[in-house]
Amino acid sequence: MEKWRAADRLLKFSSRFASGTKLTCTIINYDHTHPLVSECCFFPIPFYCCKSKQGKYFYSVATTVHRNPLFSIISPDDISYFKTLLGERGVVQDALALDAANTDWMGKYRGSSKLLLQPKNTEEVSQILKYCNSRCLAVVPQGGNTGLVGGSVPVFDEVIINVGLMRNILSFDKVIVSGVLVCEAGCILENLISFLDDEGFIMPLDLGAKGSCQIGGNVSTNAGGLRLLRYGSLHGSVLGLEAVLANGTVLDMLGTLRKDNTGYDLKHLFIGSEGSLGIVTKVSILTPPKLSSVNIAFLACEDYTSCQKLLLEAKKKLGGILSAFEFLDSDAMSLVSSTTFLGTENHGQEVIKDKHGQDFTSIDLRALPLEFWYSYASGSIFMENLEAFLLHSVESGLVANGVLAQDINQASSFWHIREGLPEALMKAGAVYKYDLSLPLEKMYDLVEEMRVQIGPAAKVVAYGHLGDGNLHLNISAPAYDDNILAKIEPFVYEWTSKNRGSISAEHGLGLMKAAKIHYSKSPETVRLMIDFDYCVFELLPDTSCLDDNHSIICLCLSA
Amino acid sequence: MKIMVAIKRVIDYAVKIRVKPDKSGVETNNVKMSMNPFCEIALEEALRIKESGLASEVIAVSMGPTQVVDTIRTGLAMGADRAIHVDYPGTLYPLSVAKILKALVEIEKPGLIFLGKQAIDDDCNQTGQMIAGLLKWPQGTFASKVVLDKEKQTAVVDREVDGGLETLCLDLPAVITADLRLNQPRYATLPNIMKAKSKVIKKLTPEDLKVEIKSDIEVVKVTEPPKRKAGVLVSSVDELIDKLKNEARVV
Repeated sequence: MEKWRAADRLLKFSSRFASGTKLTCTIINYDHTHPLVSECCFFPIPFYCCKSKQGKYFYSVATTVHRNPLFSIISPDDISYFKTLLGERGVVQDALALDAANTDWMGKYRGSSKLLLQPKNTEEVSQILKYCNSRCLAVVPQGGNTGLVGGSVPVFDEVIINVGLMRNILSFDKVIVSGVLVCEAGCILENLISFLDDEGFIMPLDLGAKGSCQIGGNVSTNAGGLRLLRYGSLHGSVLGLEAVLANGTVLDMLGTLRKDNTGYDLKHLFIGSEGSLGIVTKVSILTPPKLSSVNIAFLACEDYTSCQKLLLEAKKKLGGILSAFEFLDSDAMSLVSSTTFLGTENHGQEVIKDKHGQDFTSIDLRALPLEFWYSYASGSIFMENLEAFLLHSVESGLVANGVLAQDINQASSFWHIREGLPEALMKAGAVYKYDLSLPLEKMYDLVEEMRVQIGPAAKVVAYGHLGDGNLHLNISAPAYDDNILAKIEPFVYEWTSKNRGSISAEHGLGLMKAAKIHYSKSPETVRLMIDFDYCVFELLPDTSCLDDNHSIICLCLSA
Repeated sequence: MKIMVAIKRVIDYAVKIRVKPDKSGVETNNVKMSMNPFCEIALEEALRIKESGLASEVIAVSMGPTQVVDTIRTGLAMGADRAIHVDYPGTLYPLSVAKILKALVEIEKPGLIFLGKQAIDDDCNQTGQMIAGLLKWPQGTFASKVVLDKEKQTAVVDREVDGGLETLCLDLPAVITADLRLNQPRYATLPNIMKAKSKVIKKLTPEDLKVEIKSDIEVVKVTEPPKRKAGVLVSSVDELIDKLKNEARVV
């Protein structure tokens, strides 16, 4: 039944192609025969299907990819058209620049694009997409290229559309309590944070990649970050956005209104769509006020259960003033201390050991989870509440030891530790990264089972946004090794699925987890996603060729 | 031997400061205040000397309005044994601070006085030198290393000077001011914060110490430095020369 329906769609769709070729060549050859996967085989929108392993960069064992021949190859005419449209500066063919744009931050995924375009405004983005649509050229939208799942780089030779030059702040409005910021998609998050700092406001999200990631990408991937506990996800903070669809249509949903119940709120589909529905070009975001008192405590707990209890206590007693609650385990802590990046001052390493070393080694437990949390509030009553809560936790045994930052510099050095973990892992060698949402009680069980599973071959490091129930599980090995990978996947996905967790809490699917969506979403849900995606493109006028390397299963833009 | 450490409550180093609209000073309302970073370093050195057994007690001293007690508490949380708060609601300039410290020294009789080399709000770099002059004690300023010798009752201090490092040997009692590279101050751990709650902060006033506060200095105006102008891209060497000649007038 399903096959008939899918075939029907195929036939309807194939008539749209100028050449009239049927899409039978888009059948995927997955190595495993999951029933849902064979359904996807008939996914009518052309996307890259699997054939041969691409060298050491792909490590998704079962799936392999090959380029869909229906997409055209870039010709000199195309390049001259882009040069006329964007000027010399907007068209990049330099090998070094292309290499950087083709490779993701982890160095795991590498595309072979020969063309990078840098539009300066929405109109140019629209023209580019219109042209690519007419020529059947595949594109990949790119922002700061800090994504961790291979969604920000081309898979093959797609044209890279980098919105980095669109970095104007369009307006900022201080409305009663919160501010409303309207800016272009290429604004770097850290720049927005400094801009708002002068005005007395903050961005509702903050992540370690803030120095490079762009707001358009953050929105397109529904980035989580360190402040989600207090300010919620981008679904709540984004008031509006402007996006350009695959055929060049500009969809202006850039409202600055707090409430607008007129019809379906389509912006929510774009938030987290990873660029599969369109390229976000402008964002309007709600910005909370900056509070005068900020403080941060770095605490050591004896075991994971105490961490959990501490979180619950903190939420109860400090509810309003708790801003972030992160955790890292002792493996993570020793990794970060041992990589010299911490020592921006000569004594950086000693500092951590002197101040914490004695405390840690005196508590002899294998996995000693630490906690780390951060409160925002105003006034000195806040300090008293905070200290009282902390001292109470020490007395009741929830916290073994800890430090409280006495000034802003100390506070930043604590954040440095937590935010520097991904970088420290990169420096330590090869890293397999998993971003999972799990029930609070079960979270650390996975880490311990993984340690047993992997054995001495690699180190299992765990950290994450404990307050949001989000675990970042990292397996650090001296080099990429398929044996280690075989022990990790599909064990980690199956474990997560069994406990009704999410295989991607905030990183998104990208290329890495596209085929794994069934671990966290039911077949009916995925089918509806596919149908919806198809509808969006079928209903667009003049979509003669679907040029976005999109689909929920393969995709695009990352921060 | 007792060590006395003078600490100052200033606007936090990482805060972006703003000048008040009436140009009388810097905006301090609702702004995060913390211990002067150089004072932290001085206190850390004193604590290390105590921990190595060469001193019996570290006394933290601060002067100013009631809020100064917060900074004193930080000092106690770091490990100081007790503290003295000299309550004075107005601004204190280095000479007044030095006179008050001299009065306290006559009561407490410490063997060593540690201060930060300068405060980050006024950048005076005068208090340490003034108190050494008033007490007629030797001084080792901009210290980047301090080594005490108990038997000989001397302190060998490496000073950071323009030409490099200068090593001095001072007879105790002496005044030492701390520079950035002396050490890395410790964090306040929770057990220490708990202990700090029971430590004594003695409150005194300048009248108690028989010190008269009068200032010979008055701040007339505070302004921001001129904003840096954006650079200009020139398109040719001729244009560059033209600009250098006519606009910048340096050629």
